Amino acid sequence: MTGCSGSNDDKAADPNEKVTLTYGVWDQNQKTAMQELAAAFTRTHPAITVDVQLTPWEGYWTKLKAAVTGGAAPDVFWMNGPNFQLYASNKVIAPNPEQVDSSVYPKALVDLYTFEGKQYGLPKDMDTVGVWYNKKLFDAKKVAYPKDGWTWADFQNAAAGLTDAKAGVYGTAAELTSFQEYQYNTIAQAGGYVISPDGKKSGYDDPKTIQGLKFWTDLLDKKQSPDLKTMTDTVPLQLFESGKIAMYWGGSWDVPEFTQNEYTKDKVDVAPLPKGEKQATIIHGVSNEVGARSKHPRQAWEFVKYLGSKEAAEILGRTGPIPAYDGTQQAWVSKYPGLKLQTFIDEVNYAVPFPVSKNTAAWNEAELTHLTKAWNGQQPVSQASAELAAAMNDLLAKE
Amino acid sequence: MARHKERMTEALWAYAFIAPTALGLGLFYLWPVLQTAYFSFTEWGAFGGHEWSGVDNYVRLASDPELGRALLNTFTYTALGLLSIPLAIVFAALLNRRMRGVGVYRTIFFLPYVTMPVAVAMVWRWLYNGDYGLINYLLSLVGVDGPNWIADPGTALYALVVIGIWSSIGYNMIILLAGMQSIPAEYYEAAALDGAGPVRQFLRITVPLLSPTAFFVSVISVIGSLQLFDLVFVIAGSGASARANPAFPRLQTVVQLFYDRAFVTNDRGYAAAIVMLLLLIIVVLTAVQFRLQRRWVHYA
Repeated sequence: MTGCSGSNDDKAADPNEKVTLTYGVWDQNQKTAMQELAAAFTRTHPAITVDVQLTPWEGYWTKLKAAVTGGAAPDVFWMNGPNFQLYASNKVIAPNPEQVDSSVYPKALVDLYTFEGKQYGLPKDMDTVGVWYNKKLFDAKKVAYPKDGWTWADFQNAAAGLTDAKAGVYGTAAELTSFQEYQYNTIAQAGGYVISPDGKKSGYDDPKTIQGLKFWTDLLDKKQSPDLKTMTDTVPLQLFESGKIAMYWGGSWDVPEFTQNEYTKDKVDVAPLPKGEKQATIIHGVSNEVGARSKHPRQAWEFVKYLGSKEAAEILGRTGPIPAYDGTQQAWVSKYPGLKLQTFIDEVNYAVPFPVSKNTAAWNEAELTHLTKAWNGQQPVSQASAELAAAMNDLLAKE
Repeated sequence: MARHKERMTEALWAYAFIAPTALGLGLFYLWPVLQTAYFSFTEWGAFGGHEWSGVDNYVRLASDPELGRALLNTFTYTALGLLSIPLAIVFAALLNRRMRGVGVYRTIFFLPYVTMPVAVAMVWRWLYNGDYGLINYLLSLVGVDGPNWIADPGTALYALVVIGIWSSIGYNMIILLAGMQSIPAEYYEAAALDGAGPVRQFLRITVPLLSPTAFFVSVISVIGSLQLFDLVFVIAGSGASARANPAFPRLQTVVQLFYDRAFVTNDRGYAAAIVMLLLLIIVVLTAVQFRLQRRWVHYA
């Protein structure tokens, strides 16, 4: 093995040596954009070609874990918040070999991908959450469209006014499976927290956190949201796209979804999340990381740096999600003048980072196991939440 | 001496011919079993690397409420799934006649078996949908308000059993049909001369002489049902998101729990212990069936 790394050093010394990097991604919609970026990179680095490897989201993490374990991970791959610390703490992704100016990315994203003081990879894109609403349903019930700065009370009034049991239409859907779009936002808006800043303690037994969860179960109790069984059979996204739900909390990544869907394309717009005790939205974004066992770490890092550059961000913004690089978001915003997409950019000012720890997946499972009982009406929220806090604290202690 | 040598050569040839299969079995079946047995005594890090942990994983098995639930679901599914055998016998008997288009009927019954389980599960998911499903639509025509079949803890497991029976009936039927056709026609002729009607013939000739085939089918179905995974994986999903289904505690099977522990939460040693337990259960249940066959299987 030493002979191997020795020859690697030799290769590193030869800048003209032909190298093919593998690049692991999970989004079919972005594959073309990634190939475009790879080709643009090869134009300035003729010795390096990049092979974009798509694994659909459902199998991405299972496959990546197996590949990392077997020493066959891609040289560069997409990383998300919930998985980052697991990969960093196990040293299977490489910290950045040099300092890069990270002030061009939202701070919350830079922090998300920092572990034990070291920065890993560079942010690729970002997303925030807004309230997508069906204008047709608002018009039918003569409810005023949401305005910037609207509050929880405004949202609740709108949900009450829009619900029409006879027509099978609900004000909103209290989704349980997507914490990023639902619970994490209202928890932050109520002044609560999911995990303490040092990552050691669960916030689920905090009364304010419970307040943030109650926001949703109240809607269920008042039947302004379909019940959990219905949402299991038909997910809220499908309900929204068939006109059964008036307000859908969704991400900036839903833009291609709603602009291409036959039903929603001319009926929806987006508003900021309503304000609770404070204004808040979860911010998250994907980053590009170098695998620790890449045979071409120097070239891989060059590619990551390129992907984090302004030029790459501009290419990305034309076709994909919101690029993370400061000042390149305009192309994304102006692509659909009919939608108030600026909302998602404005929200960055008060965005809170996605809650994570070293083994996020373990307590994500606990969140659902316990909160399902509250959503299903088996337990009051306060009890389910307290039990969740205890379970989560146990899991955090094991990290 | 020459005779002995001849026999040696013959034996060598025999070994040479079975060698590829034996090698394959050893490499792809036996070796993984031994490895899994070893891993069940280890604890794994998130990305490979494991250390010996003794019987820790087995101690944990004994007190895991999720495993208890998964076992109960799997056993219920297996027991109810056996209903497919009497049904398959009846269908096989009906199709074991000369009639117009018998080939078409046989194909129709066999089709579910050759269809990809994932496709089957997706179609059934739609049929079972509480609000838009075909089943509840048909029920609504007679004024019944159907449940959310696979999201309701009361119905979820039975909904799964129905899919299981529906998709295995064709396979069982084909095997049983072959068994039926090997029953000599003279028996029926003699019975007919003695004045036995078709029902009596079926109960007194077909059923007993079919029992070796039925025994084979029952052993195969029990093993298959205990390993149920793909149907549940598509209907309920796995990992965190599956847990938002209120019926999840009634849907989780042993192999699905194994998959979650091995590939979602990276608890590979524990996952290995789960499948070792399953292996043990399969061995025991198969042995019990072989024991019981003496009481009901007639080898003509």
